[in-house]
Amino acid sequence: MEKIFDFADKIDIAWCPGCGNYSIRQALLAALEELDLAKENVVLVSGIGQAAKMPQYINTSFFNGLHGRGLPAATAIKACNPELTVIAVGGDGDMYGEGGNHLLHSSRRNPDITLFVHDNMVYGLTKGQAAPTSRMGMETPVQVFGVFEKPLNPMALAISLDVTFVARIFCGDVERTREIMKKAILHKGFALVDIFQPCLSFNKVNTFSWFKDNTNYLPDDYDPSDQSGAFKKSLEEEPFPLGILYQSDQRATFEENLEVYKKDKSPLYKREVDMKKVVSEIMAKR
Amino acid sequence: MIKTISDDLVIVLAGEAGQGIQSIESILAQLLKNSGYNYFSASEFMSRVRGGANSTEIRVSAGRAAGFLERIDILVPLHKEAIAHLKKRITAHTIVIGEKEKIGHQGMIDIPFTGMAKEIGGAVYANTIAAGCICGLLKVDEQECADFILDYFAGKSEEIRSKNLAAIRKGYAAGKGLAGITIAIEKDAAVKKELLLSGSEAIAMGALAGGCDYVCAYPMSPATGVLVEMASYAKKFPIIVEQVEDEIGVVNMALGAWYAGARALVTTSGGGFALMSEGISLGGMIESPLVLHLAQRPGPATGLPTRTEQGDLELVLHAGHGDFPRIILAPGTLAEGFALTQKAFNLSARYQVPVFILTDQFFVDSRYNTPAFAVTDLKVEKHIVKTRKDYKRFALTQNGISPRGIPGYGSGNVCVDSDEHDEGGRITEDPDLRVKMVDKRLEKSAAIRTDIIPPRLVGSGNFKTLVVCWGSTFHTVCEAVAALGNKELAVLHFSWLFPLPEKAGEYLRKAANLIVVENNASAQFARLLKLATGVAIEQAILKYNGLPFSVEEVKKEIQRLLQAGGRHGKNF
Repeated sequence: MEKIFDFADKIDIAWCPGCGNYSIRQALLAALEELDLAKENVVLVSGIGQAAKMPQYINTSFFNGLHGRGLPAATAIKACNPELTVIAVGGDGDMYGEGGNHLLHSSRRNPDITLFVHDNMVYGLTKGQAAPTSRMGMETPVQVFGVFEKPLNPMALAISLDVTFVARIFCGDVERTREIMKKAILHKGFALVDIFQPCLSFNKVNTFSWFKDNTNYLPDDYDPSDQSGAFKKSLEEEPFPLGILYQSDQRATFEENLEVYKKDKSPLYKREVDMKKVVSEIMAKR
Repeated sequence: MIKTISDDLVIVLAGEAGQGIQSIESILAQLLKNSGYNYFSASEFMSRVRGGANSTEIRVSAGRAAGFLERIDILVPLHKEAIAHLKKRITAHTIVIGEKEKIGHQGMIDIPFTGMAKEIGGAVYANTIAAGCICGLLKVDEQECADFILDYFAGKSEEIRSKNLAAIRKGYAAGKGLAGITIAIEKDAAVKKELLLSGSEAIAMGALAGGCDYVCAYPMSPATGVLVEMASYAKKFPIIVEQVEDEIGVVNMALGAWYAGARALVTTSGGGFALMSEGISLGGMIESPLVLHLAQRPGPATGLPTRTEQGDLELVLHAGHGDFPRIILAPGTLAEGFALTQKAFNLSARYQVPVFILTDQFFVDSRYNTPAFAVTDLKVEKHIVKTRKDYKRFALTQNGISPRGIPGYGSGNVCVDSDEHDEGGRITEDPDLRVKMVDKRLEKSAAIRTDIIPPRLVGSGNFKTLVVCWGSTFHTVCEAVAALGNKELAVLHFSWLFPLPEKAGEYLRKAANLIVVENNASAQFARLLKLATGVAIEQAILKYNGLPFSVEEVKKEIQRLLQAGGRHGKNF
């Protein structure tokens, strides 16, 4: 198969050797290739952090904006051109910390975009401080007495907000990560995939084997359409359930709700202003 | 004694929030203008939804006049507190009309609006009676009043319409029969054909004509009017209007929208704008177009939320870390509000820089009649290219402007990065490339300069004293200077603030004496002028109590500074 989303030449990647980001990249590249998407219609959007560098290493268009601010940009990109496949990528600090408010309100809007959050329970790029998902008791150069804030539970949060696709995966399983990524991208509506990932440099507690020992795949007979059941499931910790926790097709997407697309599906950039109508609007002020 | 007003009348409506002075004003605006009077109104109100003391000035004149006057010829108070609220402006010359029993002002003309309204069917009709009274006084055609009021309440029940009709007639009769005042202001049939609109409406209309198709904002006084106007256009035009969770989201959404090929407008005030700083800087880095309307109000912090000031110029000038070019515009008239906002979209698309439109509460909430805007040359310049496989978003060019592609249009990757980047938009830390990219971004300033709109000189070219102002103070300052009748005096008004027009220095150096008029506490624009031209303006007329300048006070202050000579006034 011809690789269209990878680069022909070797590229310089800034991640630490052995970082979970490599397997996430591998899964994402495979997912993109297998979905057979038109490359010119794919846009990756990210903020700042190690995870947010992902777009740099994929051969597509991208908007690599500010820390925490990927979602508003991604929402607008999709809203202005619904023909695009928009994928936002960030870390736990980017999306759950700095960008927390946008996560809440993106959930309300339900744009047809996908959000991959690399959740390694620590800050990497700033060198080892606590993340919103750090487990209690973790000591860091800043949290010197150990983390005493309760970690954010992104799955429970998203399900409570009726995010229409909520999944968690461990990047150690590239196969399943790729499968879930494909489903998330294909899902119509806002999809959140929390990706467990070890940080070799700064998280000595939640290691590769810790994630292996503390996660369980959802059973085959699990029903992801039951919101309250999913919410209950999402509260389980150590082991954390992996897989699609919740999926709903009951909500219209943000773009579907936009009046501008009710009669005309064309993206905004293709449209021309009806200047005659504008002028008559001006003259109506007489 | 019969008092005759023959050229210029100031009526002030005063009441508490929720009492309906806005609806009386909106009825009068249309009726007075349609009967051929030049019309101007400005509102001041407290930051509360009910109660308090608010007022609206309505100016009716034979000639065009849109300056704010301190003087009150006729005061229509709807509550007792209005008298205390406006005590500095009420003189022996002021005629007070209203419910004597309720207001209790000595010497006032008693028209019992509420009592009359009750005869019709309820106190709720008192406002229509008050509007009718003023129409009667100003000899507006009675049938026009009747037709208008039926139209105004078109969506209401037959009972409400007929009672309002009765109310306007009753008020009309009372106003027409008022002994003691004769209004003899000449009407001008040409005015009927002019536009009548507010500053908010002019900005929104400019955006519409600029091809705006995406509006995002977080509601904030006094910028919300533009948001509401654009939302109403969304019912007729393909425009996405989204109220965002916060201003940080707002600016990032707007950048995302431009990236995808839309033409986004942001409308905000100082506090909201402050939250957008990082996003403004991102816009500078990814060379995104961005049109941002900032309606100023007094700060710091929450300040006076519903009042006016020109205190955010330096904020806009410096917002965003790092070096990158920007354009700052500040309309002085409704026509400029329209034209500059329309132009802002094309400038922003052409140069890929943020364009700021600075207004203020006085500007957006004022309304007056104006000749129809120039609409023959309206063009939406998209400045978007179809990309090829080897497309580079930040290709180094002679003038620093790289052809702008958007994702999904062509086969190339459109990569933008908040990190320093190479021509293709990918991260780089190469020091030489960094310098090339900074230079490239700044190089655009030279091209921008070719589009600069020079300041407008009003008055004789042989001036000795130049009165310098910018933005919303245009009409008031021009009227004050004209009233002085001094041939050695001229006004220099700036609506293009940055990059500062080169013409500015020429004008300033030519004047023997310079006075700046600014609605802020530290003469921010004079500082910019000094920085850019080296010329210091030593005399300043500054106001920062939250209210707009009046013609009278500007006139008086200029006169005082001229008599005092040399380094007087407020130095800075």
